[in-house]
Amino acid sequence: MSLSLEQVDRIARLARIELTPADAEATQAKLNGIFGLIEAMQAVDTTGVAPMSHPQDVVQRLRADAVIESDRRAAYQAVAPEAEAGLYLVPKVIE
Amino acid sequence: MSIQTLKSLADALAQKKTSSRELVTDYLGRIEAQNAAINAFITVDRDGALAAADAADKAIAAGSAGPLTGLPIAHKDIFCTEGVLTTCGSKMLANFVSPYDAHVVSQLKAAGAVSLGKTNCDEFAMGSTNENSAYGAVKNPWNLSRVPGGSSGGSAAAVAAGMIPAATGTDTGGSIRQPAGLCGVTGIKPTYGTVSRYGMVAYASSLDQGGPMAHTAEDCALLLNHMAGFDSRDSTSLERARDDYSAQLNQPLSGLRIGLPKEYFGDGLAADVRAAIENALAELRKLGASTVEVSLPNTHLAIPAYYVIAPAEASSNLSRFDGVRYGHRAAEYRELIDAKTPALDAMYLRSRAEGFGAEVKRRILVGTYVLSHGYYDAYYIKAQQLRRLIAEDFKQALTQCDVIAGPVAPTAAWGIGQMADDPVQMYLADIYTIAVNLAGLPALSTPAGFSGDNMPVGLQLIGNYFGEARLLNVAHQLQQATDWHLRRPDR
Repeated sequence: MSLSLEQVDRIARLARIELTPADAEATQAKLNGIFGLIEAMQAVDTTGVAPMSHPQDVVQRLRADAVIESDRRAAYQAVAPEAEAGLYLVPKVIE
Repeated sequence: MSIQTLKSLADALAQKKTSSRELVTDYLGRIEAQNAAINAFITVDRDGALAAADAADKAIAAGSAGPLTGLPIAHKDIFCTEGVLTTCGSKMLANFVSPYDAHVVSQLKAAGAVSLGKTNCDEFAMGSTNENSAYGAVKNPWNLSRVPGGSSGGSAAAVAAGMIPAATGTDTGGSIRQPAGLCGVTGIKPTYGTVSRYGMVAYASSLDQGGPMAHTAEDCALLLNHMAGFDSRDSTSLERARDDYSAQLNQPLSGLRIGLPKEYFGDGLAADVRAAIENALAELRKLGASTVEVSLPNTHLAIPAYYVIAPAEASSNLSRFDGVRYGHRAAEYRELIDAKTPALDAMYLRSRAEGFGAEVKRRILVGTYVLSHGYYDAYYIKAQQLRRLIAEDFKQALTQCDVIAGPVAPTAAWGIGQMADDPVQMYLADIYTIAVNLAGLPALSTPAGFSGDNMPVGLQLIGNYFGEARLLNVAHQLQQATDWHLRRPDR
């Protein structure tokens, strides 16, 4: 399998990472090297093998539907690039 | 200069031969003297460390000291530390001062350990050489032109250079064991679910596990006793009774059955590393252990499966770095705005392009692709199926032996820059460590002599689930009979 430049562009866009035309080709070559490595998987017949997501096969714990966190909004927003009056500021979304 | 273990420092404190302030001041001096050459620390918290040392000295005077009170340690810069910079080796978090402590950090703090700062690492723990850090490569104290391994290379190098007696690390595909091996220190990756991941910035959540790195297995046991344990804030943390990792250290090794996977001793293994490993195994036989050949037939699938699962989870985890809630936001992105790119998207695109380094971007892109529509089953589900086959291999092998032994890495530390432009070559160097993470098993690296060019070689010991105490026992007994862990770089 080999990714085209258009596919690399599309993935970068999905991942929200700007990829300049100058970087695209080098990225394409490196990604194709990695996919070359990954392709070895496809030779194995895994019919009937259950996918493993947790080594102990545990399921997600549930907790009581109760408030357990204290309000630390100011501390958390102190590390934001831009915050004001308790709100995170972002570029204008609606024109 | 001889090594100083946590144990020896704790004894000196208990006997009032020294104070925590004196110890911390001594280590701050060592860091200052060596960090320019080794680059093991990103942040040194001098004021915080001295204040914590004074508090520790008061606790010791009042008779309320715990087993770690006053002992200097450092944290890999992937653990959140309240009030102290947490960069993850990334430009993305260059200004991130965490508003809270990771579980591991608060546990060690509560036990009295004094953190001197944050150690360098590959960006977001992605790498095997520590060259992928926005804060510069870490140098191997045994030879400054060599890599220390990664991703916990700063922790390993700092311990090896005597800049700190012990440090925390994290291991997703070998990131504790491989740098420990390449720098000649001891490090253990516990069973998945043993150490809480709360506040440990996530790379691949189903594989990530924190653990200690130190000179000796005894010190690792001491630290792990305080790092492990159930934490409700990590949804994968296991609810089970606490283990005492120091309890079995002195158990004799007679009757121990060590499995040697034939796949770990094949063509890719360098002759000098093989010789060192054989020599260490001979020492273990002298101590009463026997060895038996075992097979892990799906070993060759571990790297392909890992480079699907880890990037997939990374692409999801690192989507949180959006330039809104924390981390880097680009100053200028307006020229990216067009009909299909609103201002907010333009900000994301530029901020993430500027904040992430090349290897992190590659893994995010690989992960985004394998999770994208139409490819999920062919890649992620397939990799999870292979993961089960790999785990079954270990299960089968561990019916024939108590622990599995082999090399940590196929070669000793290589030159800085040697693999920097070839990610696939670098990935292949993790052949002996990655399968352990996929299976979720505990494993450690303990010093096992030296390569032909006098670089450290690590012996890997892999145990059954929750077998940490046994692994530490085997490493401790080996360390009682050998002095590899006591050798120091000639600097």
